This record gives sequence, structure tokens and C-alpha cells, in this order.
Amino acid sequence: MAADAIVIGAGIVGAACADELARCGLKVLIVEAGEIGGGATAAGMGHIVVMDDSEAEFALTHYSARLWEELADELPSGAEYTAAGTLWVAADDEEMAEVRRKHSFYAQRGVRTEILDAQDLEQAEPNLRKGLAGALFVPADAIVYPPRVAAFLVECACRNGARLERGRRIHNMAELANATALIVNATGASAPALSPGLDIQPRKGHLLITDRYPGFVRHQLVELGYLKSAHSIDEDSVAFNVQPRQTGQVLIGSSRQYGSSDPAIEHRMMKRMLERAALYMPSIGRLSAIRGWTGFRASTPGKLPYIGRSPRQPNVWIASGHEGLGITTSLATAKLLADQILNRQPAIPLEPYAPNG
Amino acid sequence: MPQTADVRINGKEFTVAEGTSVAAAVLNAGYSMRTSIHGEPRAALCGMGICYECRVTIDGCQHRKSCQVLCATGMEIETT
Ligand SMILES: Cc1cc2nc3c(=O)[nH]c(=O)nc-3n(C[C@H](O)[C@H](O)[C@H](O)COP(=O)(O)OP(=O)(O)OC[C@H]3O[C@@H](n4cnc5c(N)ncnc54)[C@H](O)[C@@H]3O)c2cc1C
Repeated sequence: MAADAIVIGAGIVGAACADELARCGLKVLIVEAGEIGGGATAAGMGHIVVMDDSEAEFALTHYSARLWEELADELPSGAEYTAAGTLWVAADDEEMAEVRRKHSFYAQRGVRTEILDAQDLEQAEPNLRKGLAGALFVPADAIVYPPRVAAFLVECACRNGARLERGRRIHNMAELANATALIVNATGASAPALSPGLDIQPRKGHLLITDRYPGFVRHQLVELGYLKSAHSIDEDSVAFNVQPRQTGQVLIGSSRQYGSSDPAIEHRMMKRMLERAALYMPSIGRLSAIRGWTGFRASTPGKLPYIGRSPRQPNVWIASGHEGLGITTSLATAKLLADQILNRQPAIPLEPYAPNG
Repeated sequence: MPQTADVRINGKEFTVAEGTSVAAAVLNAGYSMRTSIHGEPRAALCGMGICYECRVTIDGCQHRKSCQVLCATGMEIETT
């Protein structure tokens, strides 16, 4: 079978692209060097979150979050889809002002949110420390187990005639000599290895998961100070970011570091991350941790993923650079990529996601 | 006279010799320690803190490895 499209990388982004292209009738070949969903997709938190840093980020995350809602009923139980909602936790009055700003930003764009005062927050999450100012509750945000979703999307693609070649690493685009097939580079943080010139830097993150403590935390909790720390480019940063898993386990994040390509756990960062978590949830230190790990986000200078035709490589399309939001934005990425390949009208403007190199 | 510790296991009082591990106390009292996610009873296997099969709740703190904790008077132990 000669393929119409070759998707390199079966992380959640490649899997979603393969599914969408196969659904549209293309003959798809998926090439994955390791395990399906075994890259950043296995490392991430699986928080599906609508973000508001820029209009383009909002448009992409919002569009994708609605696609997740549509997909939810089809997902296998192992995908652990839970509409737990997000609580953006405000520590002080300054952050409460940010809560109100976010509330009106979302309201103007049709996303329902609720402002919680200190007392509401205490009731919603009794294990948070007392004396926090409040929170913004975003009820439609959700949580999934990303590697299982990636496997499911590959299964869907294969039901629509896609073929999977696992254990094959592409070293150079020239290996894929089939001149008629279009190629999708969905290799995440490794994308520049196959598409030289693409501006993507690995950004390391640490996570830690505990034993089962059902009810200890009920929503995805993110500190609002997160916005400050996630955006400082030069410094290593940590933020309070805690997630309830369906098993009752508590997933604790997260850190952000540039300039490291070594996946080893750095105890210095793990310690800072856990101290930050304990600052917000003092009793978290009594939980027993069972595993810690790291992963690499694929970060771009514009803080938006690349979704579109490579300006340098004929026949190559880029779907990479999703930083810390690739689980959320995977489904919209697949739609927008297929829209361009098939000349369909996209649901949101494409320009902000044009690959830079 | 030998020293002892008075503990409660699932609400019942037990007196054990000083130096008895919580795991030994629970097994002597005739309980298993926890229930696996598939509903099977579990109890201490390695006895040296590696296998995690002996986890119980001690004084409200879940998932303590009972083979690594010695009984102390007043301790509340719960199995699941
Ligand atoms: C700590 C951390 C927390 C995160 N939390 C969240 C979150 O809560 N919500 C969210 O939306 N996102 C989150 N993310 C981001 C998210 O995990 C990523 O954006 C997403 O998984 C990227 O998926 P991908 O398919 O692009 O990349 P990957 O999952 O890395 O997939 C790339 C695949 O390509 C394969 N590959 C690479 N090179 C080759 C080659 N030459 N030949 C063949 N195959 C190749 C790899 O083996 C890999 O399987 C987090 C990330 C981290 C690190």
C-alpha cells in the first residue's frame, strides 16, 4: 500500500493527526520509534485546560477542549476522562484581582466560570491551607490519562485503514523516499532533528505521584502565581499544580527548566516543587509517594505550537511545539492540520500557528 | 515484668509485648492488612519494607508500612 500521508511520532499529537487524516479517507502510515504515547505524552499531567495568555492560545485550547467533550463518550475507561474542573487558586488580594480579570475574560468568550471566596475554597478543597484568598473555578476543564488516549487514537486510525510501524526511527526525511506522500513531523521536542531550523527547545519538568488517597484533592488545583513562574524564560521555576487521579492517587507538579536534556531527576528541583506544594497543602507531606519522573515539553519562542506546512521542506507538515499544553491542544491540532491539507475551512484562524522554520 | 504496649486494631484493644511490629500485632489479631484493588485480602509478604503489601492506617495516616512501625501505647491501627 502506498501511503498518502506518513505521520512520524505516535505521541498524542501524531496519534490525533493520524486519526483525523485516516477518518478523512487518506491512507496513513504511522512511524513510531518507541512506544505509542511513550514520549512527553506519558510524562504529562493530562490536564485539559482552557488558557487565556493570548487570544491565539485561548482560541486553540477552547476549540480543543470542546473537541475533548465530544470525544469523551467514545473514550475507553482506561483513558480516565474526568470533568473535575480547574481551581485557579489565589493566595492574596492581588491574585484575587487576577481571578476577577480571568472571570470576565472567559465570560466575554462564552466560558462559564465561578469566583470562589476564601470560605467557598475551604469547602471545595479542605486540604488547602487556611487563609488563601479564593479561586476561579472552571467547571468544564477535565483530566485524562494521555498515553491511553494516544493508543486509542492510533486504534481508531488503524480501523480506518492506517498502518503502524513501531520500533522504526526516522533519521532523515530522505529515508521516506515516497515522493507522493505528505509527511507530518509530530515528533514533539525532537522535531528539529528531522526539520532543521525549527525553533523548539526542550523544557524539562518534574512530577511525582502518591499512593491512593481518594478525596484528598477533588479538582485540578493550580496556583495563580503559576502564570508568573511559567513565563520567566531564564530561570528554573516551580509551581503548585496538583491533580486528583481516578485511582485516588495525587499527581504533584511541576517544574520548568531550560538547558537540560538529561532526564534524570534533580533532587534540588523535586525538593523545590514539593516545598511549593506543601506551602499550599501542608498535609501533602504526610502522603506516601510511589514514583517520580521527568519529561520534556517542546517549547517555542511564541508560546504557541507549530501547525502547518514547513517553509523549508517540501511535502512536510509540522505538528510540534506544544509546550505544556499538548494534551489539551492535540485534538484541535489534528483538525487544523487536516483543514490545511484538505483545503477545508478551519474553525479558528491558522496564522498564529504557522511554523517559523 | 515484661514491658507491653496497648493498641487498638479496628476498634478492639490488644496488649502486645514491647518491640512488637504493627504487622505482627495485626496478624496475631487475625486480620489481613489491606484489600487489593481487585478485592483480594493482602498481608505482609517481605517483612522488610520493600513489598508494600502490609500497608495499614496508623493514627489516621494511610498507607503506613506496618512491618516498619513498632506498636506504641495509644496507637490506633485500621486495616481495610
Ligand atoms: C511535566 C509535564 C507536564 C505536562 N502537563 C500537561 C497538562 O497537564 N496538560 C497538557 O495539555 N499538556 C501537558 N504537558 C504537555 C504534553 O505532555 C505535551 O505537549 C504532549 O504530550 C506532546 O505530545 P507530542 O505527541 O507532540 O510529543 P511526544 O509525546 O513526545 O511524542 C513524540 C513521539 O515521536 C517519537 N519520535 C521522536 N523522534 C522520532 C523519530 N525520529 N522517528 C520516529 N519516531 C520518533 C517519540 O518516540 C514520541 O513517541 C506536560 C508536559 C510535561 C513534560
